[in-house]
Amino acid sequence: MREGFNHKGVRFINSQPHNKIAEVIEASTARFDAQCYELYELPPLGSLVKTGDIYGIVSGAKTESLESNRKPIARGKDEASEEAVYESSPQLLKLLHSEFTAEVVGYQDGENLRRYLPPQPARIHGFVYLCQPDEVKEFSKSFGFLDILLNAALPVPAAELIAAALRQMSRIHDDPHAFLVAAGKELASLLSSDFLTLKNILGRLR
Amino acid sequence: MSDRLGIVTAASLEKGVDVRLDSPVSVEDMVVGRYVTIEGQKRRFFGMITEVSLGVTDERLKISPPDVADPFISEVLTGTSTFGQIHVTPMLTIGGDAESILEGPQPVKTIPAHFCTVNLASERDMELVFGPEDPQRFNIGNPLDMETKLCLNLEEFAKRSNGIFGKSGTGKTFLTRILLIGMLQKSRAVNLIFDMHNEYGWQGTSEAGPPVKGLKPLFQSKVAIFTLDEENSRRRGVSTDFVVKIGYDEIEPEDIAILRQTLNLTDLAVEATYQLRRRFGKSWIQNTLETEDSEEIKKLLEETKIHESSLQTLKRGLRTFQRLPFIEPHAPVDAVKSILDHLDRGVNVVLEFGRYRDITAYVLVANMLARRIYAQYQARTEKAMAEGTAAPNPLVITIEEAHKFLNPEVSSQTIFGTIAREMRKYNVSLLVIDQRPSGIDSEVMSQMGTKITCLLDNERDIDSVLAGVSGKSELKSVLARLAPKQQALIFGHAVPMPVAFQPREYGSAQSYKDFTSAGQPEKTEKDIEELWE
Repeated sequence: MREGFNHKGVRFINSQPHNKIAEVIEASTARFDAQCYELYELPPLGSLVKTGDIYGIVSGAKTESLESNRKPIARGKDEASEEAVYESSPQLLKLLHSEFTAEVVGYQDGENLRRYLPPQPARIHGFVYLCQPDEVKEFSKSFGFLDILLNAALPVPAAELIAAALRQMSRIHDDPHAFLVAAGKELASLLSSDFLTLKNILGRLR
Repeated sequence: MSDRLGIVTAASLEKGVDVRLDSPVSVEDMVVGRYVTIEGQKRRFFGMITEVSLGVTDERLKISPPDVADPFISEVLTGTSTFGQIHVTPMLTIGGDAESILEGPQPVKTIPAHFCTVNLASERDMELVFGPEDPQRFNIGNPLDMETKLCLNLEEFAKRSNGIFGKSGTGKTFLTRILLIGMLQKSRAVNLIFDMHNEYGWQGTSEAGPPVKGLKPLFQSKVAIFTLDEENSRRRGVSTDFVVKIGYDEIEPEDIAILRQTLNLTDLAVEATYQLRRRFGKSWIQNTLETEDSEEIKKLLEETKIHESSLQTLKRGLRTFQRLPFIEPHAPVDAVKSILDHLDRGVNVVLEFGRYRDITAYVLVANMLARRIYAQYQARTEKAMAEGTAAPNPLVITIEEAHKFLNPEVSSQTIFGTIAREMRKYNVSLLVIDQRPSGIDSEVMSQMGTKITCLLDNERDIDSVLAGVSGKSELKSVLARLAPKQQALIFGHAVPMPVAFQPREYGSAQSYKDFTSAGQPEKTEKDIEELWE
């Protein structure tokens, strides 16, 4: 492991010991896929996650069979509730897994928080953490990430993802309305020639 | 509160500067005629808002407008996708280095760079440009929408012929009164006012309420009221200083020439006056009118080679004078001498016309007196120059209905045309008040130093007032949008840049007090302050 990574990794784990939620299983410069440790314990769409010093925004998630050629079969015909299905077949928790994709939107560069692509992609088996409110607050001080999301090839429509991310971020700000207005203005200038997309996003911000 | 308005997005020296407004700035607060400063990289620019417009970044916004009922959406879009724009005409610039600051504002020869900040001009900025109220500068009002005092350097103002224009009822008379008071207090110039409607001397009318004071009650010792109509003055309770009588022998053929239109004379009849003057000498009018006998007329016509119809036309015209009681065969006292005596003592003279408000009397008397006074001034100034002695007090002659004196047909003949053209070579200048500036000879208009104009709505009048001013089309939009009362645009020699303003109040007890005290700065207070320093 690199030295810098080590140092920051220690600090990170010390301050936030309990929210390790997933592990990177595929990584490229612009995005990484991560598998959750617990079935269905997925971070919400648009939430800010971090692996190593790389920040990502959750852009899509799925739950599927561990073996891609073996589809799950319906099991609940004789069960009273959905929970009972899992209780009577506890192996399901091991045969199924939840995965999510995160778009890389920035990284920690020493003291500075960069809101553009990092020089290196994330590492496989890197732990993924859900960012804490102060970290989200710090990250959303500037809207550089909006441009990355607008131009990324996303599994979900960009308008949906951006609106979801901004709604999430607005919750931890003291004045959510002011935050959304500021973000909206940034989007308006990014989308100065595409009013329809802008209208779609703004419509989803409430 | 920050007065930041926006940033420069485009500019050209000829067309002016485009400014995109910041989102918190409401386009509805931007009014044409307001002053802004542009903080360039090396210099500051002063300019006037001359156009306000709306812009969108995407044309589709106009076709499918957003849901403006949602305050969030309208808040986001305001200032980003939809924005306000103003067009600013730069007028002056101040360089950033110490030397240029000392030099003061200079005319604009360049434009600000991209994205320079644009601010609303502060009171300090305005003071920097127009100067504070001081012994030369007189407060004439406030720039539109500002509390700052707009101060005019009246010493400079009085050095040129100036014009006050505006439709009837827009406040020309009030504005003139304010300027006269200013000149009376803050410049060496003395005023001679041909007061056609008896508005300046003792009392003036006000559309809003009771009559307002004239100059005499405010400045007893500095103003003398002369009258042509003693009876009328007495009835109005005006204490006059002198009753002006005019002798037939004082009227010259030139005086008849400018009355050609009002007296409905033919060119030949006007020609005849010169022959008659040569034939009869000084008392030519009297002699002409007294020649009734047909034999005598025949003899006269033969001698002077005047056509009989011309003589009849002329006589008909001259008889108009007989109906004017202030014209007598011989004036008992020389009015011109008395006026000059007052002017020499620094006393301003208001000549009231009483009931004789018709244009014939006004044009005749004003032209005749002004011509003779000007001749005196000319002689005395030349003498002073030759002998190196002091020249007479600068004289400002105020005339109303100026287009009657200065229209293209007669302006070359009247003394006022000469004064306007020769400027202050002989220490005499004009203050011209008129409601139809398009009637004034363009040559005379171009020689005017400072022009103050209230609302005008006739296209030709606007064009003639603004002729030759840089940024004419922009000023035109400002001028056309002045309020119908008590707003005016001033531009020209005495002000560093054009400015739309609201003349200061005139008519309340407090305003009289302010006017009379403005001339005497609190000297004692100042002296005491100096002692403490």
